[in-house]
Amino acid sequence: MTATQTRAETTPQETGPGSPAISLQGIVKKFGDFTAVRSLDLDIGRGEFFSLLGPSGSGKTTVLRLIAGFETPSGGSVRLGGRDVTSSPPFDRSVNTVFQDYALFPHMSVFQNVEYGLKLRRLPKAQRRREVEQALETIRLPHVADRLPSQLSGGQRQRVALARALVLKPEVLLLDEPLGALDKQLREQMQIELKEIQRRVGITFVFVTHDQEEALTLSDRVAVFNEGVVEQIGTPEDLYERPATRFVASFLGTTNLIEGALAERLTGRPDLHSVRPEHIRLLPLDRQPAPGTHGVAATVREVVYTGPATRYAVETDDGEVLIALAGNDGPTPAATRGDRVRLEWDRRFTYAV
Amino acid sequence: MQFSAGSRSALRAVAGLVMAAVYLPLLLVILNSFNATTSGSFPITDFTTRWWTAAWNNEGAREAIATSVRVAAAATLISLVLGTLVAFALSRYSFFGKSTVNLLVVLPIALPGIVTGVALSNTFKTVLDPLGIGLGMFSIIVGHATFCIVMVFNNVQARLPRMNRNLEEAAMDMGATSWQTFWQVTFPGFRSALVAGGLLAFALSFDEIVVTTFTAPPGTETLPIWIFNNMARPNQAPVVNVIAAVLILVSMIPVYLSQRLTGDDRRGD
Repeated sequence: MTATQTRAETTPQETGPGSPAISLQGIVKKFGDFTAVRSLDLDIGRGEFFSLLGPSGSGKTTVLRLIAGFETPSGGSVRLGGRDVTSSPPFDRSVNTVFQDYALFPHMSVFQNVEYGLKLRRLPKAQRRREVEQALETIRLPHVADRLPSQLSGGQRQRVALARALVLKPEVLLLDEPLGALDKQLREQMQIELKEIQRRVGITFVFVTHDQEEALTLSDRVAVFNEGVVEQIGTPEDLYERPATRFVASFLGTTNLIEGALAERLTGRPDLHSVRPEHIRLLPLDRQPAPGTHGVAATVREVVYTGPATRYAVETDDGEVLIALAGNDGPTPAATRGDRVRLEWDRRFTYAV
Repeated sequence: MQFSAGSRSALRAVAGLVMAAVYLPLLLVILNSFNATTSGSFPITDFTTRWWTAAWNNEGAREAIATSVRVAAAATLISLVLGTLVAFALSRYSFFGKSTVNLLVVLPIALPGIVTGVALSNTFKTVLDPLGIGLGMFSIIVGHATFCIVMVFNNVQARLPRMNRNLEEAAMDMGATSWQTFWQVTFPGFRSALVAGGLLAFALSFDEIVVTTFTAPPGTETLPIWIFNNMARPNQAPVVNVIAAVLILVSMIPVYLSQRLTGDDRRGD
């Protein structure tokens, strides 16, 4: 495989030479009466870690399967590295998949599983052995080569599935919620490992997940799916700080959505606005408003201590309930239930969505 | 479920009685094959291995065994191929009349053997004979295959839904063609179910007597028919006991293997 040496730090603006790794144009996918994907345009650059994020049934897995070749689009085209593969079968695409349940062959040892694709390519035996050993080295599991998948732990299976796909040196690796079956601690550890491996091999990763935190942690860019439509494509920071739609604002983390009278009083327009809880400060009611801020008087209704931070539910005088999040560092002006406070945040944190 | 001590011992006694009713007569057959008297009187006073020698040298019995093995092997082979194909068609595709086909495939196992026998016999005699296909090995094999298919079909059909379809997609993803995917990934997944079904089919064919009676040409005897024809003859009765004893031991093997195999896979899933 060629031209996959682009570093993972590549940002979408400076994608490698030539055409993007994946280019979807006007993709539509229908299953009977149900439209899983409606008119999708998406370019994914070489070496990018790109996530498809959305709730279940939003069409993200369908898009992954369209790229892999397990589904044929009802309309539009799929290009991989500039080549039109819209109607090519899976075995004719330089793309490999890590399945949600890993799909390791239960009757083959770990070694045979990883070797399988190389065997299909009729590589000589010595070379196969070398590459399998190297792949198992990459995932730091050289000692499990002779075991059956049923004798491995969940995390080990996940890594073997990764090795089995990577050993074929695809231009694009597709990952379908690969960490979904792992417990929280293992998942966080695997996230770091995945990112590391992706940086090392330098190929494009397309990662499907419904876990917004996971998508934000791992990705160079994220596409947020909702009901078969991409709501927004951007860097994690774009999506979090500048959500384009109400869905994106509420799906990624917690946010305060303000509209109507309160929005008009603050910004002059009654449209929908979003303010993240961590940007809202709780100040004494008599504090003079700082320049360049939005402020509103409110009463503390609920105080929840969550370890690193404390969450306040506060009610403005218009009766709107907002959430504010204050870090538990230094001498916090700990407000208690029933206190009258002034909520304040920099204007730049009020986004029209 | 919890039982009181009283009902526990009652259940044990009933279970013991049922087992005894099934297996004591079989044990008696094995013992009788060593009984020196021809009448099979009991209790046994003289033990002999004379009948075992006689059975070994019995031309009719040997021929009958050969016929039975050939019929069972052929019927099993047909069942393996057709049973697997039907199982795949019914569990992976939906089409008009699917549940009817399912019923029609399984029905022959429930149909009285005598009905199947008469029907096949009539068909061969009135329809196929004029076309040059009379009663013979072929008709016996076809008769057996009608219900042997069910054994393979049931086993494979029970396995298929439990198999992970992602495995096939994974194989295709790594470059396997549909043919390679089937033989290298799908087939190993249901291989043990296929073998288990095949063993049961073989055992079923091997001891079949009713359908065989109607589909066998005169002069052709499978082992069960040979036993049936000879048990009434006083000087042959001890030899029949020997053959029966051998059959008991031999038929335990496929059933045991088939049980082991189906158990194995459950662990392997």
